[in-house]
Amino acid sequence: METAAVVQSTKSVWSGGKSPFKTSYGKLMMWYFLVSDSFTFGGFIISYAAIRFSSNYWVDHNYVFNEFPGIAGNAPLAFVSLMTFILIFSSVTMVLAVHQGHKMNKAGVEKWLFLTILGGLAFLGCQAWEWTHLITGRHAVLVGDQIQYWGTTMTHNPWGPMVVFNGGLVATPGPVAFGGYFFGITGFHGFHVFSGVVINTVMLIKTRLGHFQERGHYEMVEKAGLYWHFVDLVWVFVFLSFYLI
Amino acid sequence: MTSETNAQVLTLPDDEAKVKRIWKAFWVLLVLTILELACGLLIYQLDKGNPSYSLILFIKGCIVIFTIGKAFYIISIFMHLGDEFRYMVLSMAIPMCLFIWFITAFLVDGNSYRNLRNTDAGSRQYQEQELRYMPMNVPPGVENKYKAE
Repeated sequence: METAAVVQSTKSVWSGGKSPFKTSYGKLMMWYFLVSDSFTFGGFIISYAAIRFSSNYWVDHNYVFNEFPGIAGNAPLAFVSLMTFILIFSSVTMVLAVHQGHKMNKAGVEKWLFLTILGGLAFLGCQAWEWTHLITGRHAVLVGDQIQYWGTTMTHNPWGPMVVFNGGLVATPGPVAFGGYFFGITGFHGFHVFSGVVINTVMLIKTRLGHFQERGHYEMVEKAGLYWHFVDLVWVFVFLSFYLI
Repeated sequence: MTSETNAQVLTLPDDEAKVKRIWKAFWVLLVLTILELACGLLIYQLDKGNPSYSLILFIKGCIVIFTIGKAFYIISIFMHLGDEFRYMVLSMAIPMCLFIWFITAFLVDGNSYRNLRNTDAGSRQYQEQELRYMPMNVPPGVENKYKAE
């Protein structure tokens, strides 16, 4: 009698109809996508680190990223801190949107999602300014025995070691890999921010149309939220590897 | 009617606690970011002099620890991974351990490549590099006359 009862209960566990990880299929798959995406970003950043470790000289980020729109003069780390604060804040507004979704509060979800989208757009705007500034800002470089003026691009790096030339201090060409890694990794991250903004906009429209209210849950907003937090998480590491160390 | 109001009264503190937890995580992230910035600016100031290599490495190590703290807060509070089923968390945390090998192996590799290049694969002694200047640390008698166009 007892064994029969055990068999019965074992059968019910293995007969399906239950989530083994106590979560929905969609959320689990979003998590697994994020795991694989973190390996993609990890691969890029670790490749950058390996090349940096293999070089005797690398650029000094405090001199490359030292400008702030509207401020004349030297402001190391200032602009990128602004970008970091924007992204952290948009992560908070996203988690508040998810929270309002749990409470089935349509107006609340709309409000916080809208603020998240604004944050994402502000971040993209900052990145566009920074890229433009780096690519178009020309700096003196000693090439052979003449001074040239270079922007920071995938093929040119005017941030090499400083030397004395004709009684003046001037940079020599720096490692070309810097531009490739910087634009490649921040570009890949920026593309993630852009797709996050698109996804959040779709979520906002669907919330507006009342689709989630009809469905009875806001799980789609939750999944979009996971993606958005991941974008913030990656920025934490991009910020670390390009601007801080 | 009464049951509804009762339910509201019961859910309200829990709801407030959740919102409080989110804002608390935000403040922690903000403070950690400010600490990172302080360390970054400290390195910038020290670089103007002639800092010891291990001091700079120590400050950079602190920044890495703050960053890992930020990652932990984002994942556990914002992404609610702390509230998920334990084995689901493990199904992601265990593959993530590959990063330990990944980071160690590639940094050691990069370092070895540099040593091999500097010594022609061990056939000669490494020679100290010539003196290089920081843009903000102009040596006496030298003008900083080549600026951006």
